[in-house]
Amino acid sequence: MSVPVRRFDAVIVGGGGAGLRAALQLSEAGLNTAVLSKVFPTRSHTVAAQGGISASLGNVQEDRWEWHMYDTVKGSDWLGDQDAIEFMCRKAPEAVIELEHFGMPFDRLENGKIYQRPFGGHTQNNGKTPVQRACAAADRTGHAMLHTLYQRNVRANTQFFVEWMALDLIRDSEGDVVGVTALEMETGEIFILHAKAVLFATGGAGRIYAASTNAFINTGDGLGMCVRAGIPLEDMEFWQFHPTGVAGAGVLITEGVRGEGGILLNSNGERFMERYAPNLKDLAPRDFVSRSMELEVLEGRGCGPNKDYVLLKLDHLGPDIIKQRLPGIREIAMKFAGVDPIKDPIPVIPTCHYMMGGIPTNYRGEVVVPKGDEPESRVNGFYAAGECACASVHGANRLGTNSLLDLVVFGKSAGDHMIQFIKNEMPTWKELPADAADRSLARVARLDGQTGGEEVPEVRAAMQRTVQSRAGVFRNSANLQQGVEEIKQVAERVKRTQIKDKSKVFNTARVEALELDNLIEVAVATLISAEARKESRGAHAHDDYQHRDDDNWMKHTLYYGETRQLTYKPVHTKPLSVDYIPPKERTF
Amino acid sequence: MTPIDPVELKRIRWRSRRGLLELDLVLERFLAQRFDALSPAQLAAYRELLDLPDNDFLDIVNGKADLDDAAQMEIVGILRAI
Ligand SMILES: Cc1cc2nc3c(=O)[nH]c(=O)nc-3n(C[C@H](O)[C@H](O)[C@H](O)COP(=O)(O)OP(=O)(O)OC[C@H]3O[C@@H](n4cnc5c(N)ncnc54)[C@H](O)[C@@H]3O)c2cc1C
Repeated sequence: MSVPVRRFDAVIVGGGGAGLRAALQLSEAGLNTAVLSKVFPTRSHTVAAQGGISASLGNVQEDRWEWHMYDTVKGSDWLGDQDAIEFMCRKAPEAVIELEHFGMPFDRLENGKIYQRPFGGHTQNNGKTPVQRACAAADRTGHAMLHTLYQRNVRANTQFFVEWMALDLIRDSEGDVVGVTALEMETGEIFILHAKAVLFATGGAGRIYAASTNAFINTGDGLGMCVRAGIPLEDMEFWQFHPTGVAGAGVLITEGVRGEGGILLNSNGERFMERYAPNLKDLAPRDFVSRSMELEVLEGRGCGPNKDYVLLKLDHLGPDIIKQRLPGIREIAMKFAGVDPIKDPIPVIPTCHYMMGGIPTNYRGEVVVPKGDEPESRVNGFYAAGECACASVHGANRLGTNSLLDLVVFGKSAGDHMIQFIKNEMPTWKELPADAADRSLARVARLDGQTGGEEVPEVRAAMQRTVQSRAGVFRNSANLQQGVEEIKQVAERVKRTQIKDKSKVFNTARVEALELDNLIEVAVATLISAEARKESRGAHAHDDYQHRDDDNWMKHTLYYGETRQLTYKPVHTKPLSVDYIPPKERTF
Repeated sequence: MTPIDPVELKRIRWRSRRGLLELDLVLERFLAQRFDALSPAQLAAYRELLDLPDNDFLDIVNGKADLDDAAQMEIVGILRAI
């Protein structure tokens, strides 16, 4: 079967903050650049970011990039690569000011400079006192970023392929990346997009969990495509959780609710945080509260018919405080939990929020994999940026507001290195392999021909339940081992999913089946990587190994999908210009 | 009013996938419970709502803002109640 081919200098998969920033760099350099997105770019998940973007501008209080770097290294629990972290924190002020020049409507101080708000984990003098470092555009920072970057791209003649879904990565016999296959939803046709360089900016994969703050579109497509093309995934055991998502929905209830006096209760009506954190109680750090909640559920003190959540009680604050100070929360509770918090408590559970791991890259945005003795050898023509990439700046735990920063700094850096690569090393296209589209065609043909299989939503729910219960915030060996077995069985079921609608045009069922192929790769990678890591570090809290073990485990995990095997590679301990920040215990 | 073409119906379903989880959840319920029974005029109004930026759309669904168009507000009313 012959598949139509279209040619570009650069193909970017993903139109969120990272993809748009990279595309802008390439288009402005005069390269013929295509951006593919499953949805209209400004509806990418970046739109959900409210908190802000960090940079040591020092507009409100004295600040330095070195302090931002320290906070990020500490936040990462010393799993972050210090060269990449230095690169990001040094570039942050310039990156934010550039966004300002592009027209992003940041909140301002009276003197006209960008206003900066306080945010957890941002400090002066290496942890001494809090500092205001987060720049925001009201509560619409992500939205403002997307619109600003989208408009610049339109001006720079970036070509958008909206409602196109990339299916697979195309590598030639030397392992170089020469393009992607993609499905045009409008027609159901499959195309080959032939490129000199490809960038993945496909965002997160939070939908592997039953409880997730991520929109439905976050299905880890870039990661699935990598696994199928023989590229490993890095540090997939590390997922950040938010303690208070509405049970069954995932919608976030901000920390502010507990700040105003909201308390967590178990099925006995006990305020259990008093037991775990006698001083800070319900305001202990996020990961600590999450773990305590999960323990209550695991020990049978959960609420509801399945005893699988705890309660966030607000009624004692009185209707006036709730209406005045927490109006948005009342709406969320009524709409997504069906309760009015003036009268009844809100069911909540720890909810997956952010993926620290991803496609292994360096600070140039190049995808790097082990080859012979070399732990990080460049895959020619292949780049990644944003939440789907692991540079690794977030290590074992991301600092709030560092993700939006990651998007623009590494999006731009990847764009710059793609330009250099195309100009210096790839003046013309490498030949496409004869079987370039075979894998994708086979996947679609399998779906079209499948009979007697299970429905996609059913298998997806089984995957989500497994990941939630086996690789949640509270982990131990027995549970993880069981999870590995269970998820392998779910993966077998994914191979036989069936869709009833076999039509071609805008076939959402087909898209969801193809997304599940990606989700399951991420889910298996998560369980296998988590089961193997026998320590506690950042978001990976292991009950049988409660301490960080730098001697044995200060290393990055690499998961290979074909064999389901792991290898490891060293953490980068040499920053670019400053001294190494040696590990300390992470206390607050 | 011309009948709505089935491809357009499928396109509208896909475009109900948003960048904000809150909207995904509301629109998912709407698609499951109400979508099939919409009149052509109601469908047209819903399609217009889908062109709103996510944050504006959510504010409207949450009752923090209204729209001038009566047909659009009728759909908004359903979304608010669902
Ligand atoms: C509720 C919430 C609040 C947050 N708040 C903050 C905050 O305040 N500050 C902060 O720094 N971070 C925040 N984060 C994290 C941050 O928003 C994300 O990590 C970041 O926006 C991801 O951006 P991205 O460009 O990598 O991907 P996304 O914005 O998710 O974009 C992914 C793009 O890839 C496309 N795509 C995916 N798969 C395919 C495919 N197969 N084919 C074609 N296109 C594809 C999608 O259509 C989309 O355009 C928050 C996250 C959540 C969930």
